[in-house]
Amino acid sequence: MGAMALRQIVRAMRENRSFAVGAVITAVVVFAALLSLVWTPYAIDQLSVADKLKGASAAHPLGTDHYGRDILSMLMVGARTSIAVALVAVGIGIVIGVPLGLLGAARGGWIDETVMRFNDLVFAFPALLSAVMITAIFGPGAVNAIVAIGIFNIPVFARVARGGALAYKSREFVLAAQVAGKGQVRIFAEHILPNIANLLIVQGTIQFSLGILAEAGLSYVGLGAQPPVATWGRMLNEAQTMMAFAPQLALYPGLAIVATVLGLNLLGDGLRDILDPKLRRRVG
Amino acid sequence: MLAYVLKRALSLIATLVVATAVVFIVLEVLPGDPAALMLGVEAREDTIAALHRQLGLDQPAPMRYAAWLAGLVTGDLGTSYTYSVPVSELVSERLAVTLPLALMALALSVVIAFPVAVIAARNRGRAPDTSIMALTQLGIAVPNFWFAILLVYVFAVALRLVPSGGFPGWSEGVGAAFQALTLPAVALALPQASILARVLRSALVDTLHEDYIRTARAKGLTRHAALWRHAVRNALIPVLTILGLQFSFLIAGTIIIENVFYLPGIGRLVFQAITQRDLIVVKSVVVLLVATVVIVTFFVDIAYAAVDPRLRRR
Repeated sequence: MGAMALRQIVRAMRENRSFAVGAVITAVVVFAALLSLVWTPYAIDQLSVADKLKGASAAHPLGTDHYGRDILSMLMVGARTSIAVALVAVGIGIVIGVPLGLLGAARGGWIDETVMRFNDLVFAFPALLSAVMITAIFGPGAVNAIVAIGIFNIPVFARVARGGALAYKSREFVLAAQVAGKGQVRIFAEHILPNIANLLIVQGTIQFSLGILAEAGLSYVGLGAQPPVATWGRMLNEAQTMMAFAPQLALYPGLAIVATVLGLNLLGDGLRDILDPKLRRRVG
Repeated sequence: MLAYVLKRALSLIATLVVATAVVFIVLEVLPGDPAALMLGVEAREDTIAALHRQLGLDQPAPMRYAAWLAGLVTGDLGTSYTYSVPVSELVSERLAVTLPLALMALALSVVIAFPVAVIAARNRGRAPDTSIMALTQLGIAVPNFWFAILLVYVFAVALRLVPSGGFPGWSEGVGAAFQALTLPAVALALPQASILARVLRSALVDTLHEDYIRTARAKGLTRHAALWRHAVRNALIPVLTILGLQFSFLIAGTIIIENVFYLPGIGRLVFQAITQRDLIVVKSVVVLLVATVVIVTFFVDIAYAAVDPRLRRR
């Protein structure tokens, strides 16, 4: 990517408000998550009953929960959990799904048909059902959530990669590469993959935000990461029992989820507009 | 059309067979000895052996799978280990809560999304459109279970208008039962309606540029009549797709929402079964829900082909 292209992207960023807002929100959440690796205002496994259910103060900007744990610190660790689970799940989807989709597009025939039927099959297992099965056998944990969400991501990326590759397969530059004697693997790696990278990046952002929502749902029902690791979903589950006297506890984790998902969705919309000007003209 | 339906039906059956095999392998073959897993580490040897016999685990796995499949087809799902009642009874009891809830949410999301999308599409680029789009952007980002918690806080804790959860049962009258399902259905419908409204709006905007809309206007139809008679009808195709794709999210959402409102549905059943390691119930519920997703996808595909004949050739 030359300096020209980079400058174009920077200009597009300045013109695209969705992208700018989404990027800022995402950056804040990612920063909080990374910061939690080295520093949080308080240790989240440190219980202090004397400080339980405190309101906002200088010492605890968002107050404390029923064990006296600092809410802000828990939100930061929750951000880390969410992002880690959703990101690895997207990784699983890309690493397995993209080669599958490309294989189907390259070979066609019964191989393509098998890939498509495999996609249909996996689509029938929403992350929640996979998590239910895995948890019934291995017990709850963050890894279950990652695997369950990751499995559902595989057919999503396989479809995007397959569709994209089919659209480019009969283009002139691919035919030219064939005439030049390049093998199929090289053509897909050198000519088709770079062209569908845009599609994959946009889909990756969408699946990332869906992964955050799925992780929150799984940890809310107890199928995600277990204590002492903080998750936004479990914070909400615990807050629900204390709603009569501490409703603020049910507010912060929910707002954190909404902000993160909204940020990623805006980022994805912006990226799509920037990377695919054709689409922007049609939608806008 | 008939050939297409037959082809899709064959692939539906194949998908169902493979999906049941996946569930069987994960829950019966992977754990090694399901009886030992269900009873836990403290169980005595002879108790495990007894359950082993009761579950027919001494038979080879393919035989057990075939027997289970035959049971699924005839509605015999086995006996729950913890409840000691037929699983089919448990499931149908719980479905009487889950199914109406999911259908109410689906209907509600369509009822909300349609007028909203039409208003947005008619005012494209103007204030009503941009504010509706911003609201739906927010609606997509709100987790339905958190929205549910907020609804409980506002209507049950703060205003004390409704109980914070629970289900009186259909025997207590249809009115009371529907009242108990209303807040959960609203919570489920919000994100669905947001996605649906966005898809429908962009589909409407696309169709409004088509030649047949110009023809309809040239014929003397008002903008309003052209929109409803031609654009909305054509925009139904993407809506159908989205409803099909969103169905598995609706199922997952329903299961989670049941926990917010303490509704005795399929979701509560499966989570209790997990804590009690009742693999027989887990297996049946998962298969039931997976089959529902596969079958709904099948009907969406058929409906899709019925609406748009070009798709039958795929």
